[in-house]
Amino acid sequence: MNIWKYSSPQYFYPLAKKMATIFFVFAAVFTVWGLYIGFFVAPTDFQQGESYRIIFIHVPAAWMSMLIYLIMSFWAAIGLIMNTRLSSMMAHALAPTGALMTFVALWTGAFWGRPTWGAWWVWDARLTSELILLFLYIGYMALRASIEDPRRADRASAILALVGVVNVPIIYFSVQWWNTLHQGASVSLTKSPSMATSMLTGMLVMALAFWMYSIAVSLIRVRRIIRDREANAAWLAESSGAQ
Amino acid sequence: MKPRHKRLILVVVALALLGLGATFVLKAFRSNLVFFYTPTEVFAGQVPQGQAFRIGGMVLEDSLQRNEDGVTVRFAVTDTIEDVPVQFTGILPDLFQEGKGVVAQGRINMEGMFVADQVLAKHDENYMPPEAAEALERAMKIKMETE
Amino acid sequence: MQWESIADFFAMGGYGLYVWGSYIVTALCVVFEILDLKKNR
Repeated sequence: MNIWKYSSPQYFYPLAKKMATIFFVFAAVFTVWGLYIGFFVAPTDFQQGESYRIIFIHVPAAWMSMLIYLIMSFWAAIGLIMNTRLSSMMAHALAPTGALMTFVALWTGAFWGRPTWGAWWVWDARLTSELILLFLYIGYMALRASIEDPRRADRASAILALVGVVNVPIIYFSVQWWNTLHQGASVSLTKSPSMATSMLTGMLVMALAFWMYSIAVSLIRVRRIIRDREANAAWLAESSGAQ
Repeated sequence: MKPRHKRLILVVVALALLGLGATFVLKAFRSNLVFFYTPTEVFAGQVPQGQAFRIGGMVLEDSLQRNEDGVTVRFAVTDTIEDVPVQFTGILPDLFQEGKGVVAQGRINMEGMFVADQVLAKHDENYMPPEAAEALERAMKIKMETE
Repeated sequence: MQWESIADFFAMGGYGLYVWGSYIVTALCVVFEILDLKKNR
């Protein structure tokens, strides 16, 4: 079997549907499991009380917002360099979910900051750079929407996505580089996590759930984009009856 | 050279330049990106003169006093080297506590008192149940006593 | 388990507004995204 054939929209289209279903099931299972740990197994926090339970969606959403941007830029770059249609479609499909994750991270952050810090919003480096990420996603989508020809839209938006990549390490390291109100990372590759085990487990399971969800919705969206852009292709007309 | 190789090189070079540019910009703006100044910086005169700024550090242990009006508080912000006395009228955030992180916005008056119009609590990245926190504190105390 | 009653669970130790305000809006976002994808089928 030649796996490269799936880099063609024609073969990827039916595969994406099967994969999306599987990832949706995983997302649902991990969400139920993660929320169960988050609300019924994980104990109260010693300094923040119950308000810390926002962490189970805040941190996974913030991680996904950065990760999706990196993956989106990766596909955009591949599309730009290799001139492959499906790569650009992947980038296109990821943007709305990335924007949504960024919004969720900001929203839950505000609802967490108000009771703990005493402010919904502050202009510190972490919060500001995450807000810039939201604008980058919105800018990417707006640019795409404003260009009629999809191939030109692919190229222009890819450049915007790549320019914006510098923002991702800024978000991630902002809490180390500058004095911020936002605390440092509880979980990172360079040190052991500073969280009780059940709290950490709940957060990681929720992160998996967000990951699975993002893959599932992006696959559904890429199918929609393929349908729109390949509307005139013979294979789509043939398969429409079977799908 | 194939067109796709050319494009690859272009993208890589553009990204490298962009990264370099961003680094310079960040270095230049480094001082403007600080959300707060430490008490040491305040004493060294590295804070903006004649305008509001933020100071950050720990609330000094046993420094919190409430005025008779019940809403005005005084405390000291420390970075373990220098202390800045702070006065604030208003509601303190839930996580405001002696020995914990704090960020206050305001300006220094004639008497050298930092008059804050906003006080924010800065918490750390540790999460654990209260029992674990107590156990940790007990262990620290024992360690301190034996040293 | 740390909850004495259902009311206790919803109160979230006094942080109910903030905890549920976060979770409900996140759930709404997810529902919105899925409906949007369904609509454009």
